[in-house]
Amino acid sequence: MGKHGSLLAVIVLCLLLSVPVLTVFSSVFNSSDGVWQHLVDTLLWSYIFQSLQLMLGVGFMVLVLGVAPAWLVTMTRFPGSRWLEWALVLPLAMPAYIIAYTYTGMLDVAGPVQGFIRDTFDLRFGDYWFPQIRSTGGAITMLSLVLYPYVYLLSRMAFLEQSVCVLEVSRTLGSSPWHAFTRVAVPLARPAIIAGLALVLMETLADYGTVQYFGISTFTAGIFRTWFGMGSATAAAQLSAVLMLFILVLVIAEQWSRNRARYHHTSTRYSHLPRLRLKSWKMAGALLYCLLPVLLGFLIPVLQLAWWAWDTHALVDFSAFSQLVFNSLRLAFTAALIALMLGMLITYAKRLQPGLPMRTATRVLGLGYAVPGTVIAVGVLIPFAWLDNSLDAWMRAQFGIATGLLLSGTLIAVVFAYIVRFLPVAMNTVEAGLGKIKPSMDDAGRSMGLGSWQILRRIHIPMLKGSLLTAALLVFVDVLKELPATLILRPFNFNTLAIRTYELANQERLTEAAASALMIVVAGIIPVIIISLSISASRPGHDKRT
Amino acid sequence: MKKLLLSMFAVSALSAGLFVSAAAQAAEVNVYSGREENLIKPLLDRFTAATGITVNLITAGADELTTRLELEGANSPADLLLTVDVGRLLRAKELGLLQSVDSDVLESQIPAQYRDSEGQWFGVSLRARVVVYDKDRVDPAQLSTYEDLVDPKWRGQICVRSSSNIYNQSMTAAMISHHGVEATEQWARGLVANFARDPQGGDRDQIAAVAIGQCQLAIVNTYYLAGMMNATNEEQREQASKVAVFWPNQADRGAHINISGVGLTAHAPNRTEAVQLLEYLVSDEAQTWYAETNNEFPVRPGVPVSAILQGWGQFKADELALEQLGTHNAESVRLMDRAGWR
Repeated sequence: MGKHGSLLAVIVLCLLLSVPVLTVFSSVFNSSDGVWQHLVDTLLWSYIFQSLQLMLGVGFMVLVLGVAPAWLVTMTRFPGSRWLEWALVLPLAMPAYIIAYTYTGMLDVAGPVQGFIRDTFDLRFGDYWFPQIRSTGGAITMLSLVLYPYVYLLSRMAFLEQSVCVLEVSRTLGSSPWHAFTRVAVPLARPAIIAGLALVLMETLADYGTVQYFGISTFTAGIFRTWFGMGSATAAAQLSAVLMLFILVLVIAEQWSRNRARYHHTSTRYSHLPRLRLKSWKMAGALLYCLLPVLLGFLIPVLQLAWWAWDTHALVDFSAFSQLVFNSLRLAFTAALIALMLGMLITYAKRLQPGLPMRTATRVLGLGYAVPGTVIAVGVLIPFAWLDNSLDAWMRAQFGIATGLLLSGTLIAVVFAYIVRFLPVAMNTVEAGLGKIKPSMDDAGRSMGLGSWQILRRIHIPMLKGSLLTAALLVFVDVLKELPATLILRPFNFNTLAIRTYELANQERLTEAAASALMIVVAGIIPVIIISLSISASRPGHDKRT
Repeated sequence: MKKLLLSMFAVSALSAGLFVSAAAQAAEVNVYSGREENLIKPLLDRFTAATGITVNLITAGADELTTRLELEGANSPADLLLTVDVGRLLRAKELGLLQSVDSDVLESQIPAQYRDSEGQWFGVSLRARVVVYDKDRVDPAQLSTYEDLVDPKWRGQICVRSSSNIYNQSMTAAMISHHGVEATEQWARGLVANFARDPQGGDRDQIAAVAIGQCQLAIVNTYYLAGMMNATNEEQREQASKVAVFWPNQADRGAHINISGVGLTAHAPNRTEAVQLLEYLVSDEAQTWYAETNNEFPVRPGVPVSAILQGWGQFKADELALEQLGTHNAESVRLMDRAGWR
């Protein structure tokens, strides 16, 4: 099999994985019985406006919460900075809908905080001002608090991989550390920051749990309202297709704006980082800045969950927990490994053959992350059921054997949906790392007689260790938190932690849901800490003493 | 390389366990349930203990399960579709996903308005949507009907959740059946004008909002209030104690009722066992369990209910044939969109 043969194989693979997304797209050609006209007349523009508002808000906040702390913990030293280096990733383990439930429980009108205010000052509702948690601002805050780690992780990885020479040059040219950050480090880290931001924005668009709970009519909320309320699956799929087009425009705009800039480093001199020791108010400022996201995005909600879990421990069936944990972990582990391997394969194929076919294929694949899990699940159900039923009909006709449903309703369908939805996370992360390895490295390898596979194995993989591990663990944590696709596609009698949590929360039994919610967070923390530590260790020229 | 091989090995080892679907057992019945596991599994376990029939369960949103059932087609393993509102059963029937059951037990036990005239679905518990009010600030004599909630005297005093919620859709659909689209739209506009805040949260949140004084009235399903009265959380119990239930429209058509119900799927592979389970769900044991555990009203008249339910007194239920709710569901959503009910 020559070069073209392998390329063809990868493109076929991409096509297979794109089937669910394309299935949703194909709905555009069906008629939707006037539902569209109704939407245009009433709510469509408000859906679009709300979604844009949410994306702008979350986009801005995750940049503020993610980039500067990444720079601070990488380039400076202050009390707690080593601890914060990994602690800043912790909110990643917190599903967005759970943090929303938790803060609502605390801060809503009927919650303990406002109750305390009323009791202490002897006020009634309406006598005092308190920010409304269930609002667009509230949703922006909740989503930002759990999504900023994507930006933090990817930009920190980029800062660590930056050659110190570039920064030293900027310093000798008279830049202050601040200028080195804004003028050199951030622009150089741009592909990584944007990759992180893209993940955040796609996740924001796909979010249903949080916005639905807060009563915000985003585009995704509109999709489900149309589907469930009006029984129009077609119009819902069409709305999803519009959502994907929207993402496509964003992705293309970003790539266009990057133009022909290249971001790999021309020097491979990596000395250990000359970390600046911060003093006095700068130290306090940095500490506070980096502590805030951890406190709000992790510590406070976890403490609240722990309190609720303690409060309701008598009601919780802990005997079933080991099975739930096991189910969640094995799904997450399987999906993470498969996503990593496919992500690497596809990204690498694109590096070797950056022509139109590969670019198009990866773009279509990349859309999966912005599509709500329920829609992806239907996109998986349709082709799987078709395949199963066609095979069954053929086997019956030919041999009189009924094969029934072979794939539908098995965990293969579930894992397939995970791959479709989370492969973009792996691809974006690997690509951000691969983009920084200059092509001359490949050339050098080739001149020494290495084949493509050997270049990947002996040059790229060792250099990309940090990115690869990050990719796998991000998918792992995402699967751990995933709910809708698992819920719909799973086999009989199969439960996960996320399902248990959701079902209780959905009955408005938040306090009883706390125990399993806490378990998701705990199961997610370990990989999250591994991600963070491995990134530090992945830096070329990493020195254990620093 | 070793690591890569190792991870591939790990994947295949894990996958081996993953991808084996449950082998067919002697006597079993497969349920797609829109009701959450903890609210149905204990009852199914009792059925298994009594009959030896294994019950396999998948829970998810009823819409998603209907879609799955539809796509799986004739090969679907599902025997029963269980939902927590009548609208979804009607939709499944319209899609041709259900079949008729001819059972004397079901027909004699379940009042006619709570089951399909062709025997394609059966209600197994009743859920009433009522008005709860602030005991300190509202004189129940001022309350009368759902229609009266649009009166300007309630300006800024009503809390209710989003119109994306099926219970609001069914309530509005019932209104359409009684008064027609135009009058109902007027009603919805009037209700929106009386909202204390943008619709948000669930029914428990509405009750809490009444308890702390953000609104005087809330429209909720009764079992949420019962859940708060029974909560381990002291604060929830206290909030529940500040409100009382008002049964609307007692002088005319009665309070709005929805059901949780079950239908036999069109291609059920275990028909006999499925019908057995269906009949079990209206047995004394199961009906009492619904009332005691989930605080819903039994579909069978005369089954004893829990102390909390008794405390709310006897009530007159709307006798509208529930088939009507499904007929008007999509229209009710459009109508609420136009009325600005978020």
